Amino acid sequence: MLVPMRAESATDAIAQLGARLQAGGVVKDSWVQATIEREKTFATGLPTPEVGVAIPHADVEHVLQQAIAVGVLEQPVEFGEMGSPDSTVPVRIVCALAVAQSELLVTLLQRLVEMFQSPGVLGQIAGAQSPAEIVKIFDHHIQVK
Amino acid sequence: MKGERRVLVACGTAIATATVVAQKVKEIAKEVDVPVRVVQCKAAEIRGQIITFDPHAIVATTPVPKDLGIPVFNGVPFLSGVGMDELKAQLIEALKKA
Repeated sequence: MLVPMRAESATDAIAQLGARLQAGGVVKDSWVQATIEREKTFATGLPTPEVGVAIPHADVEHVLQQAIAVGVLEQPVEFGEMGSPDSTVPVRIVCALAVAQSELLVTLLQRLVEMFQSPGVLGQIAGAQSPAEIVKIFDHHIQVK
Repeated sequence: MKGERRVLVACGTAIATATVVAQKVKEIAKEVDVPVRVVQCKAAEIRGQIITFDPHAIVATTPVPKDLGIPVFNGVPFLSGVGMDELKAQLIEALKKA
């Protein structure tokens, strides 16, 4: 959890969150590069209401344990927009997903999508004063385990 | 009543976002009482699926070629929530017309 976070670019944000995941033994060394590469082909920025969100992730082979690293940026960075190669989205909430099984990624994604679509939730995350507050919001919406 | 409509849902890996979108498509079809069969595929498999599955419509969360000759919808609104009602209306229209 990186709150608040400063990043110069999407790549920088992914590298910072990836470093955290790596330090926690959650992902392999290859995760950051794999995620940055994946982002070039399959961008993960979502033009959600109020606050833009991105869900960068790599294939399961780069992951050791399940975790989500969340960064709330003070200033938005541009992520490529999912499905639209020529557009970008200003993103303030970056959820780096480390998922070791594809079935779990589907479940997680469903919960995340529901959470993003709940009115006001993204604003709450962006305005949270502490990491604990964000953990609480995520716990409330995503009980995958 | 015409037969089952076939919808192809494509994303980068055919598992994650395609599954979320495929569920939405099934929900919508049920709401309007249109029988639907949904197949998920990777973006790279779209052309092959057009031949074998012969879909009436494609919903994708990843860039797809524009020259497919089949209505293609950007499925990202089903994930972001923005523009979802419009997409839903367009998709229903396409399913009913198919």
